[in-house]
Amino acid sequence: MSVDQTHFRTALLDSAAAVPSGLSDGAGRPAGGRFSVYRNNVAVSLTEALEDSFPVILKLLGEENFRAIMGVFLRAHPPKSPVLARYGADLPGFLEAFPPLAHLPYLADVARLELALIRAYHAADSRPADASILQSLSPDALLQTRFTLAPALELLRSPWPIHAIWRFNSEEAAPKPSPGAQDVLIIRPDFDPEPVLLPPGAAPFIAALREGQPLGPAHDAASEAAAEAQAEFDLTQCLSLLLSAKAITDIHSGTTP
Amino acid sequence: MFDADQPHNRLPPLPGVGYKPQHFSAILADAGPVGWLEIHAENYMGDGGRPLAQLRHLSNHFPISVHGVGLSIGGEAALDPDHLARLKHLCDWLNPASFSEHLAWSTHDSAYLNDLLPLPYTDATLTRVADHVDQLQEVLGRRMLLENPSSYLAFDESTWSETGFLAEISRRTGCGLLLDVNNVFISATNLGYSPQSYIDDFPLMAVGEIHLGGHDEDEDDHGAPLLIDSHGREVADPVWALLDYTLARSGARPLLIEWDADVPEWPALAAEATRARHHLAQAPA
Repeated sequence: MSVDQTHFRTALLDSAAAVPSGLSDGAGRPAGGRFSVYRNNVAVSLTEALEDSFPVILKLLGEENFRAIMGVFLRAHPPKSPVLARYGADLPGFLEAFPPLAHLPYLADVARLELALIRAYHAADSRPADASILQSLSPDALLQTRFTLAPALELLRSPWPIHAIWRFNSEEAAPKPSPGAQDVLIIRPDFDPEPVLLPPGAAPFIAALREGQPLGPAHDAASEAAAEAQAEFDLTQCLSLLLSAKAITDIHSGTTP
Repeated sequence: MFDADQPHNRLPPLPGVGYKPQHFSAILADAGPVGWLEIHAENYMGDGGRPLAQLRHLSNHFPISVHGVGLSIGGEAALDPDHLARLKHLCDWLNPASFSEHLAWSTHDSAYLNDLLPLPYTDATLTRVADHVDQLQEVLGRRMLLENPSSYLAFDESTWSETGFLAEISRRTGCGLLLDVNNVFISATNLGYSPQSYIDDFPLMAVGEIHLGGHDEDEDDHGAPLLIDSHGREVADPVWALLDYTLARSGARPLLIEWDADVPEWPALAAEATRARHHLAQAPA
């Protein structure tokens, strides 16, 4: 009797399913528990890949819960590609919709932060632009200037204090998180991605720049958003952050379209 | 069939190790007897960042073998064109000394199962695998090495021996073979045949690389020994002995130490490579 890969795959992912017949131990006896070697390899290796990619989710859930929940996840969402660094893109949505985790509504955004860190780690390299040109521009030209941002840059906005939660579970001596929305920018000045907490207005500002809007409208959007939060947007501070993070890779000044 | 005049690979007949990023500085400071490095292709498929920067740097100092673990050459469906393109991109960028993959499947119905799953050795499987090897060699523009699996069970429907199956694929496609001696020992123990007979039957002329790794010991439902291919410890003594048996017949070949789980500090891995060098030194030229 022949065992096709559809049959094999189904039995691999469902440990309650019968071991396919037609498999033996080489001495004529049915394979039986030998099939579990493959079942274990699949479940354990995929769970380990998720542990590597989501260390903060692992810490928040605890090892036992994490493994049990990932066992459900990996069967519902096996990887779509052999590039395992990309595995888990479906995890935030899964965590959001998983009823036993309804009391931990911030988990999905923390998982999104961890995914963004991995994307940043593997993103294309880039060279920072020479910022000295900004000094020579008239105020009008400056407002019309557009920026190209580094491919490694990642922007996250959450109603939860995801930066504080990430730090508290990643760094020794980080302060305890307190409630509140947080915007996070992931920068990668060289090879190591780093999540930076953004002040009010900075997230819409960076999002507008990334969309290709000139500095003027981006600044307006940022000031408006900051005002809603009863704060003031600090343009100089935000530009220095981007420059020191080597996050601006090209400057298209308004004078030379 | 791919152009058979092209050499299988340009790896030297020296010890190599599976490269782990935590050993980057140690390898550059003192590689010991290690003459080449092997990477898993799927770990170097990002757009940039540290992995590719380190790999580019290492490739200036060592011949690199690219070892694919996820193409699913034995898959019933067509090869994944996206993954083929990623492999081609990596090989074109790196121009490695060798490319190898496995006689196994891992993807079905667009689910990648992250394990090297077994195949029945039938005429139908042979035609399919040979077609996939042909396709891969055409896409990459190079000959590849195909590796023998570690087996925990056998298919009743198989009509070929594993050695005959691999020899026939090599004959049809012109591909070379990667002989994993630890896998031979594991499969022979698990399925109850002689590992020396397997080596006797293996087409050693086609072998472009040998793998060695550690395994774990378990038992099956009947208390029979069941060895697990864990790559998480030193190479076992009987596997070194089987290596000597092989090298006496094949001559020296590029010889890789694989250590993928519970990866030790560099000196422990270098010590395994030193041991490999002693065994290579005993081999006929």
